[in-house]
Amino acid sequence: MNDNQRQNGCAIETENLVKIYKGGIRALDGVDLSIPTGSVFGLLGPNGAGKTTAVKIATTLSFPTSGSVRVAGFDVVAQAKQVRQAIGVVGQTSGVDVNLNGRENLRLQGLIRSIHGRELRQRVDDLLEQFGLTDSAKRIVRNYSGGMQRRLDIATALVHRPQILFLDEPTTGLDPEVRTEMWQEIERLTHEEGLTILLTTHYLEEADRLAAKLAILDRGKVVATGSPEELKAELEGDTIHVELREDAEDGAIRAALAGVKGIRQIDHDVRCLRARVEHGATAVPLVLQALEANGLAVDSVSVSRPSLDDVYMRYTGREFSRADEEGARQQKSPKEEKR
Amino acid sequence: MSELVSHSLTMTDRDLRRLARQPWWIIVSLIQPVIWLLLFGPLFKGIANIPGFKAHSYIQFLTPGVVIMTAFFSGGWNGMATIDDLNRGVIDRLLVSPLRRSSFFIGHIIQTSVTIVIQAAIIVGLAYALNARFANGALGLLVMFTAAVLLGGALNAVSNGMALIFRREETLIATLNLFMLPLTFLSTAFMQQDLMPHWMQVAARFNPLNWAVEASRQAVSSGTDWGSVGTHLGLLAGLLIVCMLFAKRTIRVYQRSI
Repeated sequence: MNDNQRQNGCAIETENLVKIYKGGIRALDGVDLSIPTGSVFGLLGPNGAGKTTAVKIATTLSFPTSGSVRVAGFDVVAQAKQVRQAIGVVGQTSGVDVNLNGRENLRLQGLIRSIHGRELRQRVDDLLEQFGLTDSAKRIVRNYSGGMQRRLDIATALVHRPQILFLDEPTTGLDPEVRTEMWQEIERLTHEEGLTILLTTHYLEEADRLAAKLAILDRGKVVATGSPEELKAELEGDTIHVELREDAEDGAIRAALAGVKGIRQIDHDVRCLRARVEHGATAVPLVLQALEANGLAVDSVSVSRPSLDDVYMRYTGREFSRADEEGARQQKSPKEEKR
Repeated sequence: MSELVSHSLTMTDRDLRRLARQPWWIIVSLIQPVIWLLLFGPLFKGIANIPGFKAHSYIQFLTPGVVIMTAFFSGGWNGMATIDDLNRGVIDRLLVSPLRRSSFFIGHIIQTSVTIVIQAAIIVGLAYALNARFANGALGLLVMFTAAVLLGGALNAVSNGMALIFRREETLIATLNLFMLPLTFLSTAFMQQDLMPHWMQVAARFNPLNWAVEASRQAVSSGTDWGSVGTHLGLLAGLLIVCMLFAKRTIRVYQRSI
């Protein structure tokens, strides 16, 4: 830890960070973030929100269009070398060499950071042990399972004992079982002293479970920050979920519910309707009545306490899963074209 | 400086391990040159009887050309591995580490050089079995191997640099094919220079592949013009440096585009 960092206690600090890609796409549109040292910070957002772009800039891989980022007290553009010594990075796409075995991959990362000889051997052995890879250390990574490879990804990012670990969507594409396993792994890491983790994710439950604090990123902007509990607590009231029997027009639903008291926000997608209300129990019969009276038959209804999904909806006016699918669709075409 | 050396050794170690796990690749890459030797040798045997053709046999004439062409293609296709590395996130992981950028290319170039020397030794052995005889003994072969390594290294750097710019296999393959094949024929690999059409002779003078072929053939034929050998090796060394500088710049180009 250097002086600069000690002064403000920030592991990562961005100031009015903007990234505009060729063709004028604003991936980041003035992002200000202060990420405290020594905890898991979640960057939550749907596909295409700009999470990966932010990580690429903070890890010195890509360059900001304007604004600044300081990581471990160093400027990512002017002091890239110092930043690189201080960080470990697990990208969305693995990053380990599948033609080498597990041990060789770990050694490689150590040698690049001038760790040699006995010290390196000891560290590699420890990491293999820690991540349950000792028995497969000599197997070529190409033959690893998805979960094993992901564990190796993380292990290779830790060889040089970084102060800050970046995990860019660490569980995307993993089976649910392996995902739970990864969560345990990440939770274990947070107990390692002083390690700051920046985790990006588009899984609400992942952010909820792992992040001590989080920022919600939407269309290149930070729309909310706080701990998951704080964010949910800000949302007073409940959410009503209604399943309609038939497809319905958005306008028809809004018209039907216009007279119902206590409705704060409505979001609707074909047959699913979500309404944020002051008090669930009182609102349910009123909502049902209003819908039936307007010829909208209801299949099921449920009431829930606020979730991060509701937090997202409050700040962006749309449902997270829908934004996520939209983002994935938009992202797919240019990305596949490039790679 | 010592960091550059140690990083280059680390990257070389990685690349050689990868090579050692796919030794069949060296054999596959030898199929084409062996066909050239075995088919073109007898097919164009009569060329040796053309008045003005200086070599004793066509196979003796052809061998340096085949060695150089093999090196040219071995270096040229090396960027394909980099595209694979890009897709698997390996390059990104390296770029966010303190790795010295040049060492990435140096590792690849050394790996290609090892491949090229193994290939060249096999080709020369085969040619010898087919009754080709070379002048100047070990020194001649050393020059030939050096020319092959310098040219292959330059192509390797260009290929890996282009891989970082294009990022797509199809584009890389198309671009490499566009210039690699014409360059092999615009050279004295198959035909003595003064027996080529005039415009081809002029074009060959600017063709790096031809520099390597000329240096190699001079070095293993009797009556060697060492001055010409030296000039051509010098040109190839210069080319290698220029190509490495180009490759190093492509890293910035890549980082700016993501």
